[in-house]
Amino acid sequence: MTYREAVAAGLAQEMARDPSVVLIGEDVGAAGGVFKATAGLLEKFGARRVKDTPISEQAIIGAAMGAAMTGLRPVAELMFADFVSVCHDLVANQVAKARYMTNGQVSLPLVVRFGNGGGLRFGAQHSQSVESWLMAVPGLKVVVPSTPADVVGLLAAAVRDDDPVMFLEEKALYPTSGEVPEGEHVDELGTARVRRPGKDCSVIALGTMADRALAAAEQLQAEGIDCEVIDLRSLVPLDMTTVAASVAKTGRVFTVEENPRLCGWGAEVASIICEECFYDLDAPVRRITTPHVPLPAADSLEDAAIPSAERVAAAIREGLG
Amino acid sequence: MARDTAREPVKTGPDYLEVRLGIYRGMVRVRYFEKRAYDLFLQNLVKGTSHLAIGQEAIAAGVAAALRPDDYVFATYRGHAHAMLRGAPMVAVMAELLGRENGLMGGKGGSMHLTYTEGNFMGSYAIVGAHLPIANGAAWSALYRGTDQVAVAFFGDGATNIGAFHEALNLAATWKLPVVFVCENNLYMEYTPIRKVTAVERPAADRASAYGLPPVLVDGNDADMVFETATRAVGLARGGGGPSLIEAVTYRHGGHSRADPGKYRPDAEVAEWLAKDPIPRYKERLLDEGVAAEVLERIEAEAAAEVDQATEQAKAAAPAHPGGLEREVFSDGGATWRR
Ligand SMILES: Cc1ncc(C[n+]2csc(CCOP(=O)(O)OP(=O)(O)O)c2C)c(N)n1
Ligand SMILES: [Mg+2]
Repeated sequence: MTYREAVAAGLAQEMARDPSVVLIGEDVGAAGGVFKATAGLLEKFGARRVKDTPISEQAIIGAAMGAAMTGLRPVAELMFADFVSVCHDLVANQVAKARYMTNGQVSLPLVVRFGNGGGLRFGAQHSQSVESWLMAVPGLKVVVPSTPADVVGLLAAAVRDDDPVMFLEEKALYPTSGEVPEGEHVDELGTARVRRPGKDCSVIALGTMADRALAAAEQLQAEGIDCEVIDLRSLVPLDMTTVAASVAKTGRVFTVEENPRLCGWGAEVASIICEECFYDLDAPVRRITTPHVPLPAADSLEDAAIPSAERVAAAIREGLG
Repeated sequence: MARDTAREPVKTGPDYLEVRLGIYRGMVRVRYFEKRAYDLFLQNLVKGTSHLAIGQEAIAAGVAAALRPDDYVFATYRGHAHAMLRGAPMVAVMAELLGRENGLMGGKGGSMHLTYTEGNFMGSYAIVGAHLPIANGAAWSALYRGTDQVAVAFFGDGATNIGAFHEALNLAATWKLPVVFVCENNLYMEYTPIRKVTAVERPAADRASAYGLPPVLVDGNDADMVFETATRAVGLARGGGGPSLIEAVTYRHGGHSRADPGKYRPDAEVAEWLAKDPIPRYKERLLDEGVAAEVLERIEAEAAAEVDQATEQAKAAAPAHPGGLEREVFSDGGATWRR
């Protein structure tokens, strides 16, 4: 199953199970989604549950919020993750804070789906990795799956969670495929996964970068360097237990981040490692990120910007050297 | 041009008298409460900011009387009246203003974020316009669940110039949502006269046609007219007729917030509107129609006593406990973001 098909499969699994799960967004119904990630859902669940909206991102998130506070479990799609900037008020001021400001009177079991990240030559306004923006707002959960199985399992967990979950689908991964367990599949939010065990260094990655880190690890294996690759899968909650166990074993840490450098999630992870795992470290934590620039469109420029397997391997080689 | 509904008939009969006494009680309670809140602000007991709706009570009370307990209400930072008219206990509201432990939200929200979900008062929103799309969501959910609940969103004239207003109106009309948008046009957005920054004369009513809705303009200082207008709009929504946009014209007696003296407003204009104070006007009408003075005086005395008691209980309470600081960020009741 492709990553793209896994989105529709995860949504279908939850919509079939729970009639309070509804889906809204621009072109999510009749067109099956701009990324075709919701194809077939309108046909399966009908126009009452799969609703096309106008180009009104505030209205979309507002509708999801109002519905979530009154008994539904809406899933809203924002199409390109960059568009969260036109409804940042609804996401960051309203959705994120409602439970806290009301001292628990309001619950918001909603999911916002985004097409996140670069690699498609779309330029600076359709390619951003917004996970670090969202991670910075108290009250939001932030999930980034990297495999079709994780898409299904984490999406199901997100839908069942009673908090607002920002579900970032990596656009570059939509065409990739992988095995998905038979039958109902539900994962757990806030759990990292060791995608490849190793003893020489811990490579901590997220989303598309998890695949790049794995590819880099393969290259390095041939040179006798044994990398442990951790796919965080979720930034909030953040699974530092898995990370700390790995650091205790390897003593060397690299983060691989698609976001621009400043305040990327790796900065927080590195700071926690420095505070709590300092005596396990044999060298400074190194961050491998996109440089602090808006993402350019041309193939050669975008490829130079986002960490590639080669760049990750080179940084690890140099760091361990 | 907007239709003026001011000449349409008021209902009569004994049941309706109960409704009207309820409206009077509602207006008096929130007026007395807000006057006290202002005193406490001057004594530096109410911190931060607060926005009073003194002078605008007829809209809150008139609409509230047209609603069912299970309808949903969304208001702005100028929302003390709306919260209390949906049943939020006065002492809890007062305590929230004072940052006390027994506050409506344990001190986490403050004056601008009053919420009382027990009364389906779904919150006070302090980012102008933000709650209109959220009210749509509650209305959509009611429609989806097959209840005949209605959502109401109150907002100011200034909110008609923000994008969320237009996004919300368009979606509500397109999806035929059971939602009533009530613009409390008090002629000013903060310190600027609304007409100076708005392309049309009537900030809400003149925009209605853009969303396929009829313009509805009402004297917001006439509680009966507001009640009538709201009753029609709520009935329409409940019956599947879709949204309404009501513009209720009113005036705030005081400044925008805190200690704003409101000096940007001409004296003659202020005097004219003080003379149209909705509360004495309503009282006079009820007396003219034969309601006994003692009945109204009893309502006033009870409200005054309730305000005194609420003030005492709020003042006597402990400050909001710092133990609550890291509670209720997430649904497990805590603030833990890692494992
Ligand atoms: C998006 C946004 N912009 C600006 C403000 C600051 N602000 C608070 S109230 C207000 C005036 C709003 O006027 P109006 O909608 O007429 O409501 P009123 O205060 O008169 O009830 C402004 C500009 C805000 N809270 N939110
Ligand atoms: Mg105003």
